[in-house]
Amino acid sequence: MGILEVKNVGKRFGGLQALGDVNLSIAENSVHAIIGPNGAGKSTLLNCLVGKLIPDTGSVMFDGQSVLGRKPYEINQMGISRVFQTPEIFADLSVMENMMIPCFAKRDGAFQLNAISSIPSQRDMIERAEHMLEDMNMADKREMHAGSLSRGDKRRLEIGMCLSQEPRLLLLDEPTAGMARADTNNTIDLLKQISEDRDITIAIIEHDMHVVFSLAERITVLAQGTPLVEDTPDNIKGNPKVREAYLGETQDAA
Amino acid sequence: MGLNKKDVTLLIIVAILCLFAPFILNPFPEGSAMAQFNAGYPDLMQRLVIFGIFAIGFNILFGLTGYLSFGHAAFLGVGSYAAIWMMKLLTMNVIPAIIISVLVAGLFSLLVGWISLRRSGIYFSILTLAFAQMSYSLAYSVLTPITGGETGLQPKVNDPRILDGALAAGETPRANLFGLQMNESYEMAVGGWVFTFNAGYYMAAVVMLIAFYISIRIFRSPFGMMLRAVKSNQQRLNYTGLNAKPYTLAAFVISGMYAGLAGGLLVAMDTQVGAERMFWTASGEVVLMTILGGAGTLIGPVLGAGFIKYMENIVSKINKSILEQWFAFMPDGIEDLLITLVYPFIGKGWHLTLGILFMLVVIFLPGGLVEGGQRVGRLFKRKKPADDKPDGRTTPAE
Repeated sequence: MGILEVKNVGKRFGGLQALGDVNLSIAENSVHAIIGPNGAGKSTLLNCLVGKLIPDTGSVMFDGQSVLGRKPYEINQMGISRVFQTPEIFADLSVMENMMIPCFAKRDGAFQLNAISSIPSQRDMIERAEHMLEDMNMADKREMHAGSLSRGDKRRLEIGMCLSQEPRLLLLDEPTAGMARADTNNTIDLLKQISEDRDITIAIIEHDMHVVFSLAERITVLAQGTPLVEDTPDNIKGNPKVREAYLGETQDAA
Repeated sequence: MGLNKKDVTLLIIVAILCLFAPFILNPFPEGSAMAQFNAGYPDLMQRLVIFGIFAIGFNILFGLTGYLSFGHAAFLGVGSYAAIWMMKLLTMNVIPAIIISVLVAGLFSLLVGWISLRRSGIYFSILTLAFAQMSYSLAYSVLTPITGGETGLQPKVNDPRILDGALAAGETPRANLFGLQMNESYEMAVGGWVFTFNAGYYMAAVVMLIAFYISIRIFRSPFGMMLRAVKSNQQRLNYTGLNAKPYTLAAFVISGMYAGLAGGLLVAMDTQVGAERMFWTASGEVVLMTILGGAGTLIGPVLGAGFIKYMENIVSKINKSILEQWFAFMPDGIEDLLITLVYPFIGKGWHLTLGILFMLVVIFLPGGLVEGGQRVGRLFKRKKPADDKPDGRTTPAE
């Protein structure tokens, strides 16, 4: 029994069957990649997991509880954090404030009318945020405007924000899309380190095969809205069905 | 007080400005040609601080969360009606009137906010505008028994006023603070100057300082940080386990209570209420004040409110004969030309002047008057370099 159990999930947009009949089980503390060609339904599936979309059929259970019908913030409070394709951070706030917000969200829940205390008096929150900034190697940028960070730093900050909530499942949606090779490798190293150091399950949707094969312990290949095969990276590499549906294409293109 | 050094300095500066406003706003001697630019009379000084409160509150919603309400005058109006009913039924003492105006406006804004915040962006603005215009129309027509309709409401001699003793024959009911009448003034003549110290103004100024202090606390609190996060990226906020709705609703209600407080104070200073103060132009005015002064900054809304109320009262009073006086020293032809050119911008044309200034500010100083001040400040700093502390300005870190 995995930490995330997706059973018979289907989603239709008008005439398009985006997800057919998806079954997926993600084991606790593993790194699980979901790959597939464009239009395979990867993003739709991810959106069904975080509450942005509600599937037409099937069930999604996280740690024994259904996430269906819950709002994104409720699902996050259950322990699922999401990293977006383009980094979603609070661009108008400082790096430190960006890091403090999830710390408050973790401690105080979805809403707290905390208008009387001042931020500097919240020593424990400040320490926690500072600690996380150090983990992300961003301590020297704490007073910077988050919007003026480089793309790679924005990504680091976003991952750090997600981690400071101590989620049990971290979902990443093409975390290296549009990144230079050096930034991509940094992100891979960061994610490797995270999965080694923490009790955390990582599910990653990715286009870049280099990223997938450097990180994943299990891979699910999605094609036309249904899982084609699920296996270890080595077996996926050698699987003729996958080559036909996906890898062959990319290798030709590359 | 739980504030950092910069904020304490700001608060003290504002307090000093409020205390000495009767001097500062009356720089020209009585009877001089410039005397019409004096703003140191009670009625205007009261309005400056009361609308300052209104704008401070509006800024908590608009400046922090970015939700643009176009109906805040409704809360000011509702607060005013609540206050005047307290004066009719309970006592002419302003304290119960002000307290009830805050509470009633808070409840009303809870209802309006709860419904309007189902949408965001332009739809939210339109919903609040619709509510405000509805309130205005109701106050003007259907609710006449409660609001006095077209004539409005004022305390009458034969109102019940259960806490006050009977009025002496011929005495009219007057707003007071435990006996101190709000319209009581002390005039001090120094040389050619006459300075007026008005009880009502000082009470309103004290309330504004408290309101300003609370707003600083909110800006610096975790709650204030969350409100700025709402403005910055709601997507990230939702996926960080935070529910934006109660945060925005709380900000909406707080700003509604500030509007109610301003409405109650208006009644305390001038004991009459009409529906026109809920009209949509009044809602638009507070938006202008906040943007003109600098949305999202601490002191900006107060500056904006002061600026607009000053213009409204001073520029609108300049008429043709005053212009003729000013330009009298010029040759006839040029004098006539200048008068013709300037005339559309004064008197009833003050809105035109305001509009042009507003456009200039929005285009060249997107951060409002506060940004203007910062630029001037930086200009001076560049001239004398070295040990200056980095920016002693009034904006929160953004």
